[in-house]
Amino acid sequence: MTVDLSVDLCGVRLKTPVLAASGCFGFGREMAGWVDLAALGGIVTKSVSLEPRRGRPTPRTAETPSGMLNAIGLQNPGVEAFCAGDLRFLAEAGATVVASLVGRSPDEFGRLAARLDGEPGVALVEVNLSCPNVEHRGEVFATDPAAAAEVVRVVKRATSVPVLAKLTADVTDIVAVARAVVEAGADGLTLINTLLGMAVDTRTRRPRLAAVTGGLSGPAIRPVAVRCVWQVAQALPGVPIVGTGGVVTGDDAAELLLVGAAAVAVGTGNFINPRAVVEVAESLERYLAAAGAAAPADLPALFKAER
Amino acid sequence: MTPVRERCEVLERRRTGAYQALTLVAPRIAEHARPGQFVHLLAGEDRSFPLRRPFSVHKVERPGTGMGTVEVVFDVVGAGTRALARLRPHDVVDALGPLGRPFDPPEGPAGCLLVGGGYGTAPLFFLATELRARRCRVDFVIGAATAGRLLDAMEAKRLGHSLTVTTDDGSAGRRGLVTDPLAGLLASTGAERVYACGPMPMLAAVSRLAAAAGVPCQVAVEEQMACGTGICFSCVLPVGDGGGAGPGATRMARSCLEGPVFDGAAIAWAELGHPDLEGAVR
Repeated sequence: MTVDLSVDLCGVRLKTPVLAASGCFGFGREMAGWVDLAALGGIVTKSVSLEPRRGRPTPRTAETPSGMLNAIGLQNPGVEAFCAGDLRFLAEAGATVVASLVGRSPDEFGRLAARLDGEPGVALVEVNLSCPNVEHRGEVFATDPAAAAEVVRVVKRATSVPVLAKLTADVTDIVAVARAVVEAGADGLTLINTLLGMAVDTRTRRPRLAAVTGGLSGPAIRPVAVRCVWQVAQALPGVPIVGTGGVVTGDDAAELLLVGAAAVAVGTGNFINPRAVVEVAESLERYLAAAGAAAPADLPALFKAER
Repeated sequence: MTPVRERCEVLERRRTGAYQALTLVAPRIAEHARPGQFVHLLAGEDRSFPLRRPFSVHKVERPGTGMGTVEVVFDVVGAGTRALARLRPHDVVDALGPLGRPFDPPEGPAGCLLVGGGYGTAPLFFLATELRARRCRVDFVIGAATAGRLLDAMEAKRLGHSLTVTTDDGSAGRRGLVTDPLAGLLASTGAERVYACGPMPMLAAVSRLAAAAGVPCQVAVEEQMACGTGICFSCVLPVGDGGGAGPGATRMARSCLEGPVFDGAAIAWAELGHPDLEGAVR
C-alpha cells in the first residue's frame, strides 16, 4: 500500500505528522546540520517571550528513570531577536514553523501574537500555558480553565494563523481545561507538557536541580500523554490534537495517533538522536504500510477500544 | 566540519591510574576532531533511555595512519560511566562528534603552558601533540588530589619541554594546588599562551593568574550537558560581551556550541552559580 504521510493540522498541510516539540529542538537553526529542516512535519520553536530571559541557574537537567527533569526556565532572546534571527533563518530554510509563545499575563501573550502575525514562515502559534519551570506557579495558566481560556481569547484576537493551546496533565480534569480553551477559540491542542517533578541526590542530600523542581519528560511520561490524548479526543471529537510526551520511535508515534492525535511531536528524543524527528517519521511510514493504513488519519479507525 | 553520528566498535578499554580509557574505532570523527572538542557517547542498547555523556577527546589516530580511532578518559562516577566501564572490545558505542569549539592554537611557534586538573588533563595531550607539530614549546603543569588521580604524567613528561606536578596531599610532586606554581612558571617559561582544563574553580584561578600576567588563556569547561548539540540549553554559563561585567551584562552561552573552549577572560566567573542568575534579565 502507498502511504501518504502528509496531514492536515488546523488547516495547515504538514509534510509528515511528526513535529519537533518546543524546547527540544532549540530554535531549529542548531539542527540544520543534522536534518533537512524543510522535510520535517514542523518545528515548534523554543518558547519566545516579549523580553529576553536568562533562564534558571545550573544544574538545569537531571537524568531520571526513562526520562529527565529540566528547569531551563525559558531562556530565549526575546521576540525581536527571534524575528530578526532564528525565525528569518527558518523561513528561508523552508521550515514549517510553529511559534511557541510564553507570557506572564494574557496581555503579554496577546502582544507576542500580534508581533508575530504576518511574519513570514509562521504557520501556526502554540500557546505555552503549561511550562512548569517558572518561578511563579500562577504562570501555569493551564491549571485553571478560566485563565487558560482568557489567554487563548486574547491570542486569537491578535493573530491570523491557527492557534494550538499546550496543556498540562498536572490537573484533576484535563478535559475541562481542553473544553475551556476550545470554547475560547483554540484551533487545536498540544498534549502534554512536562510533568512537575523533583529528584534528590542521596549522596549530597540536595535537590539535583538548582531550581529544586522541574519538568519530567521522556518515555517515562508517555502513558500519561496517551491517556490525555485519548480522554480529550473522546470528549472533543474533531478537535486536532498534537500528541507529545516520550515519543522516541515510530511505534510511540503510532500509539498517540491510534488514540486520536492528528500529529505528534518528538521532544526529549532529540537530545539523544538529533535525527529523531526524521527517523520517527520514516518508521511511522513503515508502521502505516504494515497496518494497511494509507494515511496517518486512518489510524484512529483502526484503534480497538475494547481490551 | 559538520559533526556526524557514528556507531563505533570498542577497540580497547583499559585502566589508566584511577581512570578508564576507552578507544573507539570512529574514522569519520577521528578524521576531523580538533583538540578541545568532545564526543557525546551512548553506551549499549539499554531500553531505559539513558542520556548521552560528553567526553573530551584524549587522543586521536587519524584514518590513514591507523584505523581512525578516538580515545577518551573518564572516571566512574555514576550509572552512565559505570555502563561505559563495562564495555569490552567489539561492543558498540553510539557517538556524536566531533562536537564543540576547539582550542585555538597560536599562528606560529609560541611558548604554551598547559594546565590540567585530574582527568581534565585529558584533552591537553591531544593539544600538546598539535602544538609540537607547530613547533611550539609546550610546558605542562598537572595536578590532582593524589598521585593515583594524576592522568598520564609519563606522557606529559614525554610530550612537554618541562613537567610540573602538584598533588593536594603531596603524594607526588609539590604539595598544593595546580595553580600554586603558575605565576612562577608564567615568568620562567615566558609562555605566550595558557591552555587549561579541569574543575571550574581551577579554571577561574588559572584565568585570573594568566590575565594578571597579560597572557591570553583558553579554558575547556565541563558543564553538565543533555544534548551536546545546542538544543537543550542545559550547559550554559555566563559569558560577558566585553565591557564592565556584572549581572545583566552577561549572556548565558551554551558550552556545547560556543565552547567547551572559551577565552578565560570572557567567562563571568563571579556569576557562576550565583543566585542573581535566576529569573529574567534585569
